[in-house]
Amino acid sequence: MKHAQSIKSILNALDKKDYSCRELVQHFLTRIQAQNDHLNAYITVCSESALKHADLMDQARSAGTAPPLAGLPIAHKDIFCTNGIKTTAGSRMLNNFIAPYDATVVDKMSTAGTISLGKTNMDEFAMGSSNENSFYGNVNNPWAAGTIPGGSSGGSAAAVAAGLCAASTGTDTGGSIRQPAAMCGVTGLKPTYGRVSRWGMIAYASSLDQAGPIARSAEDVAILLNVMAGHDPKDSTSLNEAVPDYTQALNRPIKSLKIGICPAHFRDGLDQQTEQAIQIAIKQFESAGATISEINLPMTKHAIPAYYIIAPAEASANLSRYDGVRFGHRCDQPQNISDLYKRSRAEGFGKEVKQRIMVGSFALSAGYYDAYYRKAQQIRRLIKNDFIAAFNKVDLIIGPTAPSPAFKMGEKSADQISMYLQDIYTITSNLAGLPAASIPVGFSNNMPVGLQIIGNYLDESKILNLAHQFQLMTDWHIQTPAETTP
Amino acid sequence: MKINEEIVANIAELAQLDMPQEQLQEYLDSLNNVLELAEQMQSIDTTDVEPMSNPLDSIQHLHADSDDGFVTESNHRERYQKVAPETEQGLYLVPKVID
Repeated sequence: MKHAQSIKSILNALDKKDYSCRELVQHFLTRIQAQNDHLNAYITVCSESALKHADLMDQARSAGTAPPLAGLPIAHKDIFCTNGIKTTAGSRMLNNFIAPYDATVVDKMSTAGTISLGKTNMDEFAMGSSNENSFYGNVNNPWAAGTIPGGSSGGSAAAVAAGLCAASTGTDTGGSIRQPAAMCGVTGLKPTYGRVSRWGMIAYASSLDQAGPIARSAEDVAILLNVMAGHDPKDSTSLNEAVPDYTQALNRPIKSLKIGICPAHFRDGLDQQTEQAIQIAIKQFESAGATISEINLPMTKHAIPAYYIIAPAEASANLSRYDGVRFGHRCDQPQNISDLYKRSRAEGFGKEVKQRIMVGSFALSAGYYDAYYRKAQQIRRLIKNDFIAAFNKVDLIIGPTAPSPAFKMGEKSADQISMYLQDIYTITSNLAGLPAASIPVGFSNNMPVGLQIIGNYLDESKILNLAHQFQLMTDWHIQTPAETTP
Repeated sequence: MKINEEIVANIAELAQLDMPQEQLQEYLDSLNNVLELAEQMQSIDTTDVEPMSNPLDSIQHLHADSDDGFVTESNHRERYQKVAPETEQGLYLVPKVID
């Protein structure tokens, strides 16, 4: 069961030469080959470069020059530019795009010795909560065929859950790491805005986008965040703050922790079995000595409208770069420059992306700016103020990650607004820029349920501490779905 | 507020998206759905609330002046243009812009 081990166990086994990096990579590649046709978690598999890199890591291990994560097989969401490797962002627009450089996250992970097995499927330009907006097809949730894996980092979460990589990278603009992590029964963390560099990460909504790890446990996430986090002079929004060792705080007792619960997170629309699983987890935190108290985030219900104005507005500006001139899709036989722009964009973008570009262009256009965009930005500040007040009273806030477990493909795709409501618990931390994680805490109707832990700015250590202590008491995070193919 | 097909066509023009007449209604419906959702925001009093564009209210960082100027990258034009649909002598080719 090499593919279901913790990062520590894998590195330990590589140290002891139980198996080589090549053997480990080959093991994962064989699994991908057997299961990816069905799961569709990977858009691109990099067998050749992965094996080559594995040999280099084996050599480095023998020579005693191995970097800290030498030989760890991971996967990157196909939103991160990877030098010489197709980078699609789940879009037809970038079906022919071979990135000419590595994103900072990719570079840092590679320098630390991780081996990229490939690029994972995602909603087009990270716009979606079910992975149904990918040009490259739906991803099957490893827990039940025909069920969505969540989105937009659906391929990354499904790949970890199915044992098609040891860990993966994701990005989170409105819940795109946490919601698929919850739905696939894995652990994911969206760090504080600016904690991880956005350089080379294809932009959706720049003031909300943040990269983070998806893995089997809080401990694995801490190990990966140690590598991913840090200031990057190439990203002017990245934070110039020291990076602590996130594994250091994992074992602190949680006795003195003050945890807040927000009643607004438990209103109508929350699946009953999800609520039960969350309530049981809350009891467990309480019996471990944490203090639970109620806090209020009155602006929560206004976060959805604010988000669905702000994110499309930023997207409409960011996606203006796809014009058929410098890279990406170009239409056949353009009649003139305007025809080239309009047809290349209409053909290259999928429906949801075009809808969001339209909303964003509308919200930013003359005459409507104040009523929509400015108003949404004001509400954004009120949401942040809610959190500032709450974090004066508590250390962390917990609740459900998503209102329901994974649903069937096609179930919500006809109803745009009910799909948007999937993000109700996750988007507030993006709007405020706060770090938040999702950890598995049980099942509803045989599908995994995620608990969200939101922390104050740069309090990733505290989040991971609580998550790790929970995972020492429970075994939800080590449960794996039945193999989809023998 | 409710909008009409004329506004949708204008937005599609601003967004440089080719939008045939028969698609206008679909985009009109989806825009109206989102605008109806956005209408909820109007119930909140935001008088004197400073709009927030960056979650950390951070300011744009500037490079320090240095003796070697500001060049941090060498020239990668050839590599970067490899992904372009059409180039010639280092330039991007597009259909004629001015007749």
